Amino acid sequence: MIRKAFSFKHMQQNRRWALILAYFFLIVFIIFFLFPPYYMLVTSFKTNQEISSVKGIPWIINQAPTLFHYKNLLINTHFLTFFKNTVIVTIFTVAISMTISILAAYSLSRMRFFGSALLATGVFLTYLVPETLLFIPLFKVLGKLGLLNSKWALVLVYPTLAVPFCTWIMIGYFGSIPKALDEAALIDGARWYQMLFRVFIPVAMPGIIAATIFAFTISWANFLYPLAFVYSNEEMVLTVGTVTTLIRGDVYHWGGLMAGALLAAAPPVIIYAFLMDYYISGLTAGAVKN
Amino acid sequence: MSQPAAQEQVARYGAAASIGTVFTKFRKFLRRRPTLAFLLCAPLLGLVIGLIVYPFFYSIWLSLLNKKETRFVELANYLFLFKRDTFWMVVRQSVLFTLTAVFFKALIGFIMAHLIDAIPTHRQRLWRGLALIPWVMPPALSTLGWWWIFDPSHSAFNWILHTFFGTSVPWLSETFWARFCVILVNIWWGTPFFLIMYLAALKSVPANLYEAASIDGANAWQKLIYVTIPMLRNIIAITMLFSTIVTFANFDIVRVLTMGGPRNTTHLFSTYAFSLGIMSGDIPLGACVSLFMFPVLAVAAFFILRNVRQRVREI
Repeated sequence: MIRKAFSFKHMQQNRRWALILAYFFLIVFIIFFLFPPYYMLVTSFKTNQEISSVKGIPWIINQAPTLFHYKNLLINTHFLTFFKNTVIVTIFTVAISMTISILAAYSLSRMRFFGSALLATGVFLTYLVPETLLFIPLFKVLGKLGLLNSKWALVLVYPTLAVPFCTWIMIGYFGSIPKALDEAALIDGARWYQMLFRVFIPVAMPGIIAATIFAFTISWANFLYPLAFVYSNEEMVLTVGTVTTLIRGDVYHWGGLMAGALLAAAPPVIIYAFLMDYYISGLTAGAVKN
Repeated sequence: MSQPAAQEQVARYGAAASIGTVFTKFRKFLRRRPTLAFLLCAPLLGLVIGLIVYPFFYSIWLSLLNKKETRFVELANYLFLFKRDTFWMVVRQSVLFTLTAVFFKALIGFIMAHLIDAIPTHRQRLWRGLALIPWVMPPALSTLGWWWIFDPSHSAFNWILHTFFGTSVPWLSETFWARFCVILVNIWWGTPFFLIMYLAALKSVPANLYEAASIDGANAWQKLIYVTIPMLRNIIAITMLFSTIVTFANFDIVRVLTMGGPRNTTHLFSTYAFSLGIMSGDIPLGACVSLFMFPVLAVAAFFILRNVRQRVREI
């Protein structure tokens, strides 16, 4: 009896140590993960004088914090134009991508036509095609269409990155809806679009949100396509605009640069903070579902 | 359009007639299905063929032209690349970058998934949420932050080295350290993906397997080797394959951090293709370089597809 109690206590102690160790290593990793955004935030509040001086601990704000970089960014640079362009491109990309992929996923998950199984596999394969494989031919194609140096070029090419993944996970979500539900709707005399809007879309809403977040992130964060296809400040989007135009000559305006990068990165991070579960389910669905 | 609504309809219009119309509608619907199904997929088909399949073949055609795209030169561009040392350096660096980064992302992701799995359930959400932030930030922008961290004179790292050890490291201007930095940033950015995948997989391992192992006297290490890893084998494989594609084709990090420098030693296929094709204006040569990615991507895609198909069959 005494032995038993002792071993139980021993086990509990072991478990507590395991927990403390787990927290310790988690904190180490999280510091590694969060250090860059933290350092960007700290730098964006420093005065230029403090940034350029090599004295003092760089990890914290030593002098009075300032909002100068943010004000300067919004007033004296094209940052707001970039922001507006990114918002326009993202709205169109998300709308186009979701329309295409919901229609296709509805068809591929429930109906059959010649070659539909092959097309489903093909969608998955195109999801694995990286943007870096195709930007050079796309550069030529957009040139022929006269769309180079236009944000509409991005609206045209971004869906190629979003649609395959969105369709793929929507096939999974639609496929998991019980067939009894659409049979009931059919007997009620629902037409295909009524079935889609009244049954499939409401039931698969979590999947639609996950796919929308994905399409949003893709078009907000893409860097290669605007870098290759867009040149002028009027048509530029945030990612490239922040990286290229805020760097003037060889004097780096680190404070402004960090403020710009943080503001540009904020919308995806905010959306993620509110919709984390959908985000994660979308992330795992790509490989785990189906 | 629920069951009671249907019954109401039947009652209103009379049973016989209603069942008749429902059946004709049903048959009509079935008959129209293949055409309708195809039409619903038409936008997708148009997009895939017009902006993915066609550009791919167009890219092959482009790679066979001369620089001004006026003459067909067969494989001259490929042969030209084979003779250049820079190209072989890009090949070696891409392989090194991919293998190292994927290995460490998988390792750290695996460790962190276990750490998060070990803490009480109600705290896991917060830690998982924090750990995913690098993956959520647009990589081009977070790499800007890293660029500032690696700045030679004001660097946050060099400050520690300088203050406590009296030395400093030329992070981005020396080949070894520049390669180290691009790999480090890639690990930082990509680990959360592994973490999420492994954490989801860990949750799906039945608890009674661990209980059975405990009863048999297995220690933590043996549980890891004989229960967790066999159960997670599939998901480990597929996550690493996915990541191999993404890492091998990576562009943003190298482009922002080093632009391929110093002396082209950190170039990957994608950044090298960009600097040749878009910056120097030699479209055919750039197309040629990016097509060299295709074999690796195709092999990874083949194994992913096989893995996914197997799982579909198991279900």
